[in-house]
Amino acid sequence: MLTNKVFLKKTKKGSILKIVREHYLRDDISCGSSVCELCQHDDKGPVLEEKLTNLSQKVDQSHYIIPDTNVVLHQIDVLEDLSIQNVIILQTVIEEVRHRSAPAYKRLKDILTNPTKHFYNFANEFNKETYVEREPGEKSNDRNDRAIREAAYWYQQHLKKLESEIDIVLLTNDADNRTKAKEKGLTSFTIHEYVKGLKDNGTLLDKLAHVGTGLVHEKDKVQFPEHLPLNEILRGIKSGKYLQGSFIASRENYLEANVSVKSEDRWIFIQGHMNLNRAVNDDTVAIEMLPEEEWSCPSSLMLEETEEKTDDADIEAEDAKLKQNKVPKDLRQPTGRVVGIIKRNWRQYCGILQQSAIKEATRHLFLPAEKRIPKIRIETRQAKDLSTQRIVVAIDSWPRNSRYPHGHFVRKLGNVGDKDTENEVLLLEHDVPHSNFSEAVLNFLPKMPWTITDEDMKHRTDLRHITVCSVDPPGCTDIDDALHCRPLANGNLEVGVHIADVSHFIRPGNALDKEASNRGTTVYLVDKRIDMVPELLSSNLCSLRCDVDRFAFTVIWEMTHEAEIVNTKFMKSVIESRASLTYGEAQMIIDDPTRNDDIATSLRGLNKLAKILKQKRIDKGALTLASPEIRFNIDSETHDPIDVQAKQLLDTNSMVEEFMLLANISTAQKIHEEFPNCAVLRRHPSPPPSNFDPLIKAALSKGFTMNVSTGKDLADSLNSAVIENDKYFNTMLRIMTTRCMMQAVYFCSGMIPEAEYLHYGLASEIYTHFTSPIRRYSDILVHRLLAVCIGADASYPELLDKHKTQLVCNNLNYRHKMAQYAGRSSVNLHTHLFFKKRVVDEDGYILFVRKNAVQVLIPKYGLEATLYLNTDQRKKGPLFVFNEEENTQTCGGISLHVFDRVIIQISIDRSNVQHLKLQIKLVQPQIPEFSVAPTEDDKSTDDEPPTKKQKLDI
Amino acid sequence: MAGIELLSDQGFRVDGRKANELRRIQCRLGVFTQADGSAYIEQGNTKILAAVYGPHEIRGSRSKALHDKVLVNCQYSMATFSTGERKRRPRGDRKSKEMTMHLQQTFDAAILTSLYPRSQIDIFVEVLQSDGGNYCASVNAATLALIDAGIPLKDYVCACSASFVNDKPIMDISYLEESSGGAELIVATLPKSEQIVFLEMNSRLHEDNLSHVLDMAVKGCKDIHDVLDQAVREHVGEVAAISGLE
Repeated sequence: MLTNKVFLKKTKKGSILKIVREHYLRDDISCGSSVCELCQHDDKGPVLEEKLTNLSQKVDQSHYIIPDTNVVLHQIDVLEDLSIQNVIILQTVIEEVRHRSAPAYKRLKDILTNPTKHFYNFANEFNKETYVEREPGEKSNDRNDRAIREAAYWYQQHLKKLESEIDIVLLTNDADNRTKAKEKGLTSFTIHEYVKGLKDNGTLLDKLAHVGTGLVHEKDKVQFPEHLPLNEILRGIKSGKYLQGSFIASRENYLEANVSVKSEDRWIFIQGHMNLNRAVNDDTVAIEMLPEEEWSCPSSLMLEETEEKTDDADIEAEDAKLKQNKVPKDLRQPTGRVVGIIKRNWRQYCGILQQSAIKEATRHLFLPAEKRIPKIRIETRQAKDLSTQRIVVAIDSWPRNSRYPHGHFVRKLGNVGDKDTENEVLLLEHDVPHSNFSEAVLNFLPKMPWTITDEDMKHRTDLRHITVCSVDPPGCTDIDDALHCRPLANGNLEVGVHIADVSHFIRPGNALDKEASNRGTTVYLVDKRIDMVPELLSSNLCSLRCDVDRFAFTVIWEMTHEAEIVNTKFMKSVIESRASLTYGEAQMIIDDPTRNDDIATSLRGLNKLAKILKQKRIDKGALTLASPEIRFNIDSETHDPIDVQAKQLLDTNSMVEEFMLLANISTAQKIHEEFPNCAVLRRHPSPPPSNFDPLIKAALSKGFTMNVSTGKDLADSLNSAVIENDKYFNTMLRIMTTRCMMQAVYFCSGMIPEAEYLHYGLASEIYTHFTSPIRRYSDILVHRLLAVCIGADASYPELLDKHKTQLVCNNLNYRHKMAQYAGRSSVNLHTHLFFKKRVVDEDGYILFVRKNAVQVLIPKYGLEATLYLNTDQRKKGPLFVFNEEENTQTCGGISLHVFDRVIIQISIDRSNVQHLKLQIKLVQPQIPEFSVAPTEDDKSTDDEPPTKKQKLDI
Repeated sequence: MAGIELLSDQGFRVDGRKANELRRIQCRLGVFTQADGSAYIEQGNTKILAAVYGPHEIRGSRSKALHDKVLVNCQYSMATFSTGERKRRPRGDRKSKEMTMHLQQTFDAAILTSLYPRSQIDIFVEVLQSDGGNYCASVNAATLALIDAGIPLKDYVCACSASFVNDKPIMDISYLEESSGGAELIVATLPKSEQIVFLEMNSRLHEDNLSHVLDMAVKGCKDIHDVLDQAVREHVGEVAAISGLE
């Protein structure tokens, strides 16, 4: 049977189009129930079970559940629960969910594919018997509700015809829908009624989201301004009245946020509860600019929300405080207010329960681990249980009359302070996939014992006769790269970089490949490594260990002694590394005049060339940056501990790095030449000049002028800004410069103009990642592209599809960023653990001066901490005066400037047992009543400071 | 928020068809009396009228005549009301010229041209309503009209399109599926001998997938052939009954 769908649509130009689409109605759609013998089930067999256990006290019979769209959208946590089974998801529902919430849609799909859940997707819109035509004047929502009822009714009749005992239960929170369903003779409940009627509903009750149902009484005072409806927002955006952007809450002050405006590439500042208007970090919002006289600026106040307030606490009063301070004109920033939410981007949040003061209360506040997220009001009966746990919570809604958003409990992770739990939190918060590799993935690993076959050798060059060695940090098991250098007959040098051939083992499209692509990168935590590929590959078959035959992807250059490249060759090869050296060992071999074997000459040759290469690069304007944890230029290929101060960097570190950079650049040129449309490259955009403002201001306070117009100028300015007796000053400047930089990203070459390929930090026109395929998926893609270039491997459809490649790149960028953050959080976590047992006095440097605090960098631990100062006259203690012009804090004749060296006492604040905070106190300079006495025994040596192992990729 | 899902997990397309299903085909032969042969075809919402004149003497310039075979002259045009937006479509625009050329090539290969040297066959195709697969429906309509006119053909010429969505080939694509940006493969075959008389592809498709998509399109041609063949037999039956041959 055939029907036409006719509807009117407005085109972009504004003209009205009548669209006619065919809609075929079928009679071969299965009901998916095992009871049924009438329907023809598809190959996988029926999904819904025949014998059901009836868990409900509400319904006498066993039954299938049909939820409506809103139930799926809001109660996906309940549906995910294992006890909810045998559910029919109608096509109408799926499509509505798909249009309204991408995350819910994805989760719904996951449930549908899980065979133990017995969820069946019934294509009611294509079924002859359940299709309903939209009546004239009927709203599309009403039609959909009717379609859902119609389908439920059909199921009921269908099951009756089969003389089965199974009933249908329609779950909907819409009262009108429920009445109409009951008129038709259907069993219908709200999800709340249904869950409450379940026999074993302990945790399920907590998982219920309360949307539009009574956590707050309607009579409560309305606090927040109303959000505008979507159509009004869209009209406003079109006319330029409103701006669309993504909302980024401030980490430092819960009353401040920035919105990055999509169309204009600038930041709009937002301040105060009313103006923030219930937006949560990451939401897409519509904002309206405030008149210029109301513009404000970040208060440079470090503000943390502490005590619990009632839901109807007066937020206006809080806002009023902010307004008292008049902002001088020249500091004002474009400021706006949120008028509506275009799209919520809520996810699940990890954190802890802040127990209510009343013991028996069921409503508690949830304190998220992420500082940008507001506290969430949840209802739970297990507060006592949960108070010592890390838990996961989801936001349901944020009504106008509530100070906090409302949410519900999802699950618990484990005890607070437990190392595994904390790691779990860290991984969850950073969205790092960390489950064990599944059986399906492991099936694609090569079978051991692994041998090289003739087939393998077809496209490979045998380089086993060459003296190759690898240089890595101590304890490294995933050796990505090995090197060699030897003189040629014509007087030039041959230099080879050999990279583990991971793409040989990971074939495109299989489960192993998909898993690696999703993980994107190996994540390094302090005490744990979350591998991108299973260990058999990462630490054995792919790792270029010494004295075994290994497959490699080789780049060979012919170079003059002045490091000019004569020609470049790429090949797949077999190598046998002669030695796996550490940086230290390699350095010793180079420095040892008695050694004159192949390895030593090779290393010396490499070292000599590397120095020339580095000089060339610096001359071109490559930046040498620093960050408190890591050194940029060096860390990309080394696995160094990050102790900036203590660690002496060896020549060999930069030797390996130089050749990796060279290999990356050569590869980038090659794949871009061959695949101008779909090469995977990496770019580092030049930062907008305004990013450098804090740096320039800070440098000026010490009398240095920074020229930031080009990368080269910046590098020169940095090199010249040296204070003789303050060696750390230059490092501090470099740390600050690092903060001004943009994020380097992967991209697909067909998607942006060639002029934007630039890598700012390395001063290279083109760049990619080729040298670490064991720990980065991007490198695997690059390997595959390069293999196609040299005819060693065949291409496949996805590799040459630029849109798909760009999607993969977007995922890789996200994973990389998250992996970095996870790494940093892990360091922080371990720093906390480290200081748990001790109080230490350390040297620190002032990085930023804020209105009520100074941020201090402690180089020894790569740690940045906030020293709160008292600037409020009403409070006790010495008063600090903030000088905005000079950027100083003064108390009792002593001023604190940026770059000042101070001595700091580090300890753990134990005032809240649940939530340990790192706390610092000033020791020197001594300010009466503020500074503390130095610790007596400050060098406790019972255990080592945490070794921080982390990699940062430019 | 999200684009249209062209092929759902359950294997349904936007309009409720499965990947390997054609749209509904309805056709009639001999719709006009003035023309020597005519046919009307509906493939879903694509509706085409075809008329055939000839073989007759060369019209216009004599120099066009071919001494060893018949001249196949085609004209393709779209009605102003054939698409959602009403638009005047002059006959000589690039798109219809191209389509005309394609039709000409197709039928040059399918008609037994050597039987009528120095003469001409005209094929007029008018798109009344367009919903994707215009070329395919035009070819199918023209075939029916040629059969109605009694012009000797090597075989039916059947055309079908195919595309590639979510790593699966789909048959006989509608306008919506056409305009979603995926690859479109159009093929015209002589179904009995499985010879390809015309093949066209828009946008890029990896060569690994080409054979799957082509197989799908060729299978579509065969299915269309079955439908057309039945229509022709019915029509001949009717005509025979009227003229008292039975």
